[in-house]
Amino acid sequence: MDFEAVWLSLQLAWWTTVTLFALGLPLAYWLAVTRWRLKFLLEAIVVLPMILPPTVLGFFILIAVGPLSPLGRGYEAMVGRSLAFSFPGLLLASVLYSLPFAVRPFTAAFAGVDRRLVEASWCLGVSRLRTFFRIAFPLSWAGILTGVILSFAHTLGEFGVVLMVGGNIPGVTRTVSISIYDEVQAVNYGTAAMTSLILLASSFAAVSAMHLVNRKTL
Amino acid sequence: MAVSFSNEALASDGAADSSESVPLHTAGTEAPSGSEAPAATELTAGFEKRFPGGTMIQVELRRPADPFSLTVLFGPSGSGKSTTLRCLAGLEKPERGIIRFGDEIWSDAARGIFLPPQRRRIGYLFQDYALFPHLCVAQNIGYGLGQVAPPERRQRIEEIVALLGLTGLDDRYPRQLSGGQQQRVALARALVCRPRLLLLDEPLSALDAPSREHLRRQLRHWLVELRMSTILVTHDRIEAFALGDHVAVFEAGRVRQSGSVQQVFSAPVDLAVARIVGIETIERGSIVQMADGLATVQVGPQQLVASAPPCRNGRLDRDVYVCIRAEDVILEKKEGASLPQSSARNHLLGHIRSLDREGPMVRVDLDCGFPLKALLTNQAQQSMELRERDEIVALVKAPAIHLIAGDGSR
Repeated sequence: MDFEAVWLSLQLAWWTTVTLFALGLPLAYWLAVTRWRLKFLLEAIVVLPMILPPTVLGFFILIAVGPLSPLGRGYEAMVGRSLAFSFPGLLLASVLYSLPFAVRPFTAAFAGVDRRLVEASWCLGVSRLRTFFRIAFPLSWAGILTGVILSFAHTLGEFGVVLMVGGNIPGVTRTVSISIYDEVQAVNYGTAAMTSLILLASSFAAVSAMHLVNRKTL
Repeated sequence: MAVSFSNEALASDGAADSSESVPLHTAGTEAPSGSEAPAATELTAGFEKRFPGGTMIQVELRRPADPFSLTVLFGPSGSGKSTTLRCLAGLEKPERGIIRFGDEIWSDAARGIFLPPQRRRIGYLFQDYALFPHLCVAQNIGYGLGQVAPPERRQRIEEIVALLGLTGLDDRYPRQLSGGQQQRVALARALVCRPRLLLLDEPLSALDAPSREHLRRQLRHWLVELRMSTILVTHDRIEAFALGDHVAVFEAGRVRQSGSVQQVFSAPVDLAVARIVGIETIERGSIVQMADGLATVQVGPQQLVASAPPCRNGRLDRDVYVCIRAEDVILEKKEGASLPQSSARNHLLGHIRSLDREGPMVRVDLDCGFPLKALLTNQAQQSMELRERDEIVALVKAPAIHLIAGDGSR
């Protein structure tokens, strides 16, 4: 079994989840409370990676991180290495790809918090930021945990986008699902089966945990 | 429409009380200097708030600087009173106009000033209390006291818990409390922050009837005890009457009348207010004679003597509406009734059309040539042995008959 690929996938999933937690929570909270007229456009953009073929998303990200784009050139000028076919490039792709799996459960959780509780907190003199940490966040933890588990599991299993953006460099961008694909191509069905079973089991565990959490909070 | 509350009695009470030091009402530690005395701050509001559906409320309100008087915003649901309260709290932003509290400007649309609720130092009680479900009673009550030093915080919580009778519930969660207890916890949570103005949105409507009656009596007692300036929204006449010192009657997004509760409930300015404050008998009539401060009004075949209405522009409308409260109608059996027509008292012959029991009271529909409604206690009805179709004499004193202009406007 390709332990290097498993380890890389876990790292990618971890950092993707951390990034989505940090960026997705404020975005989701804003989406849940704003009365902005054009909010639906942003909501559509958030969901887009769910609908788009991974190759299409991967293609655009590849162009964006490549030397043809300002982002790719800027990164290369600063770090001295190319963003394409690197772990940071892969991370960027994963974050975009898993965005809906984090932001949508977060938004739903925040939207489920009674607005009057938030208003009651404001009327008691507590700032908007503190209200978020003391009221909105603790009352939405189940939804937030759902988003975290989903983004982790979804990143662990991604294939198309990773292949487009990361290529297949062992130890750098060769994730577990790509490794399975390689084993099957090489007719190593035994190894492929082992790795696949591990992914199946971990995904099942994650989704079960998620449903357990949501049942308990009902 | 200019509106002011006139209540001499309360104004003088207020002056006397502002010199006393009342520990529970002194302003919070974060208060600007010079606010040690019980807050007696005038609130003036004149603003407009529009909603996407096209409805609009236009409010003119002035709340005088009485330290602990209670102002009721009263009217049918959808008349704009809750929105008004939310605008005062800073939870809604008016599109036009000004809200001023003492020398502070809370909202001035023209100058782009809008103070968020955090900086208005008010207390707000939501209709369903909005207790934080993940915090226990003690944490809920202490929620707004983050800036207060722990020893003082503890003392203030203990004081309010004792006053509102919440001792022993500290570790409970909101879902483990009865409706009445939840209401008191929400009240404690707002009062413990020592707000300068307390805003109550239908505070009793979510309770069952027995707790509602109990808490109605208690609420007034607590607020007077704490010298708390309060504005309360209700659609319930009994609540408005039992709790309020002043009342502003809302209809279709506007304040139709305001003044002392007694004055508004007994002397509505127009037909709409008369209906909202629940005057039972409202009949068209026309004035046939005016003499010695009394007006003689023809209503159907009957002539009634009423106190003369105040003249507008030196002339009086001939067409009027006659308003009579059911509790001002006295019934006598026809035999043995003193029939001679005394000057200021109307004796109306009629018969009973129907009797309806309502708790301890009986509503009586009479036909005296025009429909007249009366209210009796059960006991009175039984001792008089009143039945449907009985002949009866209804007595109504002239001052109890209120006349309003017949075209429905002022």
